[in-house]
Order: sequence, then structure tokens, then C-alpha cells
Amino acid sequence: MRHFLNPLDFSVEELSEVLDLAEEIRRDPERFAHVADGKKLATLFYEPSTRTRLSFEAAMLNLGGRTLGFPSSDVSSAAKGESVADTIRVISCYADIAAMRHPKEGAPYVAAQFSGIPVINAGDGGHQHPTQTLTDLLTIRSLKGRLGNMTIGLCGDLKFGRTVHSLINALSRYEGIRFVLISPEVLRVPTYVIQDVLEARQIPYRETTDLEASLPELDILYMTRVQRERFFSEDEYLRLKDSYILDTAKMALAPQDMYVLHPLPRVNEISVEVDKDPRAKYFYQVQCGVYARMALIMTLLGLKRPDKEV
Amino acid sequence: MLNVGKMQDGIVLDHIKAGYSMSIYKYLNLDKLDCSVAIIKNAQSNKMGKKDIIKIQGGLDLVDLDVLGYIDHNITINIIKDGEIVEKKSLSLPKRITNVIRCKNPRCITSIEQGLDHVFVLTDPEHETYRCLYCEEKYDGR
Repeated sequence: MRHFLNPLDFSVEELSEVLDLAEEIRRDPERFAHVADGKKLATLFYEPSTRTRLSFEAAMLNLGGRTLGFPSSDVSSAAKGESVADTIRVISCYADIAAMRHPKEGAPYVAAQFSGIPVINAGDGGHQHPTQTLTDLLTIRSLKGRLGNMTIGLCGDLKFGRTVHSLINALSRYEGIRFVLISPEVLRVPTYVIQDVLEARQIPYRETTDLEASLPELDILYMTRVQRERFFSEDEYLRLKDSYILDTAKMALAPQDMYVLHPLPRVNEISVEVDKDPRAKYFYQVQCGVYARMALIMTLLGLKRPDKEV
Repeated sequence: MLNVGKMQDGIVLDHIKAGYSMSIYKYLNLDKLDCSVAIIKNAQSNKMGKKDIIKIQGGLDLVDLDVLGYIDHNITINIIKDGEIVEKKSLSLPKRITNVIRCKNPRCITSIEQGLDHVFVLTDPEHETYRCLYCEEKYDGR
């Protein structure tokens, strides 16, 4: 039985198969409308995350399956003090696969140790959010037709943003990748990511505070939100939250085939006027998230592709 | 100079960094042993200047070599039979250690889940880096 706890749990080849399947689903979602008939997905959300939960639920419903679960720990037995290990053993009797979001890092790993069904990490604290990474890879691949040989600009909060760290890790496995890391001084990529990933794998990268000057060289610009909840000081948050605002004037400096991604929700780091730009792909990215999760659920449940209609 | 009697059968943990013998005594749970245990602090050493030594009148099975290797892999173990050293063992960094150190990350699942083993994995032997199996936080308390 396979689980999906870390973006690197799958080899490049395995990941490529999941992305191929997701791409097939994207082209013809109707064909997959009954592959999971009779199957149930449990969404175990110990902290609220409406977007991710709905994306998982939409994915399972699109496959013909059904969903059950809880949207926050207040309405689950966790409020009574039940352990993760016991909860997953119980849920294994109710469902065929589980997606778990938990504020504590490593909780999905613990669940996987005791589970009788595949466990998907739907985000654990500041640690991993592998289905977001899968979503990002699918979006980039479907827009650019490849995952290697490109320059990726990551902009905003590169210190606390786990999606950024996971994406760097995942993309570093492809050839010809180069990163431009754009952030305020205090929100730079942590040293361990630089040392353990970029320098260890000899990936070219450049750190800068200047978004405008970086735009012309980028193939993808991945914007992130400065997250209020990561700061101890409100003053520090207010000082940094408007560091980078992408607007139409800045987009004019970018190449015509540079796409803008964002894990959402955004606050004001992408001006709404940019939404009309055909290079703004963050809502397309949300759609890709559903296809990526459909492909992942099918893979972990071992569901076969339906025959192509003749 | 202090003399501690010669041991007939047992093990000697030698080349312990001066001042570390008591923490090794604690980590190895030597207080729970029934046999004789001698701790010698600040013994003279040509190689180290000063060193600590622990003598245990018992077999090698009494000592968790993974724990010892984690604490200090430069410690040597002499196995004594009939008053003579019959074997010298050196230690290496263990790949995995269980319930020796605890994860200090307040966001780690081990901070709330009951009954979980605290497991650390050697991720970078060159820099002797151990990371929590669950949250992957680096252990900084060495």
C-alpha cells in the first residue's frame, strides 16, 4: 500500500505517470466520471482549510466516489483527546482512502503507520503540502510542455512558505532548472534549503530583492502571500506585507510566455487588474489541483483508466 | 593517583571526554544495573589530556551501542576476560536512534501524540546531522 506524505515519495518516473494521468483527465474529465464508483474518501481536517478540502472532495466526486469526514478538530473525536493513531484505525473501517490536514508536523506520517488505507498528506503545519506541489508541477508542465530547462522566479515570503520549499525540492530533480529567489532580506529562503537542496545538487540560483529587474529572464513567476499567522510581531508583518505587488506595469516587463502562478489565497500581492492578463494562471492552477488530486486518488487506489471511447 | 581495582570480566568504556561520564551513565541507564559500575573522572590520558572511564562488571549486552555511538563515537570499548583485554571495539554513528533524545519542535506531532517513539534518523553523516523521523526538524542539542 502506498501513501503520499512527501512530494519526493514518488520517483521522477512515478511522478511523471501521475502527471500523465492528470493530463489525460484534464483533456477529458467526463471519461473518468465513474472510475471510483462505490469508493469513499475520508477528509480528516484537524484545522480548517476550505480550499484544499473542497479540492479533494471535488476530485473524489468527479471520479464517481463519495466523501465523508470532518472540517475541523472541534467537530471530531480529536476534541475528546483521541490520538491520530486511533482515529486512522477507525477511519480505515469506514473509507477506502484518507486525506489528512493537521497542524502538527508529521501527523500524516503517524497516521500512515497505523492505517489500513492509503493516506494523503493534505498539509501538516509548516512541514509539507505535497498535493500543492503536485498541482504546481502539473500546472507548469501543462503550460510549458516540460518541467526542465527553465528559469523559475519565486517571489514573496520564501522563508515560511512551505509550498516554495517543496517546489524547489521537487523541481530540483529536473535538468536545466534555474531559480531566481526574490524576497525581502528577512524572508529569504532558509539556509537549509539552500545548502541541502540547491548547493547539494549544484542547482544554479540567484537571490535578489528586485522583482522588476528579474522579470525579463523568467519562464514562470510563482508569487506567494506574506502570511500574517507566521509573524510574532504585527508591526513586522505590516512592514513586509506590501513588499511585492505585481501589477500591469510590472507585467509589461515580463516575457509574453511567462506565466504567473500563486498557491492562493492572495491578499494584495497580485493586483486584480492582472487577472485579465492571459499569463495570469492562478485560477487555472486551482483547476489543475483537482485533476492532480483525481490522478493521485486513482493511483493510490490502483484504479484503472476507463477504456477510450471508439 | 587513584587506583581502581583491576576487573576480571567486564567492559571498559574508554576515551570518554572529561566530564561526560555522568551523562553517559544516565543515557545508558547504568543506574538500573545490579552489577558493579565504576566511574573514573579526569583520568590522565596521553591522547586527550584528561578523560573519563566507566568500568562495568558485566557483558556487552548491558550497553546500547547505538546510544553510545550517538553520544560520542570516539569512545572505545574494551572487553575484559580473565583480567586481560580480549577485544577492542570502536563505535560508529548509528543510522537511527529511538527514545534517546526528544524532538524539541513544538509543532511536531510527538509533542501531543501519546505512546509514540521518539525516532531520529542520521541524514548527513559528514555533519553528524540527525532529523526527527516525523517532522524532519534538525536536532540541535548535540
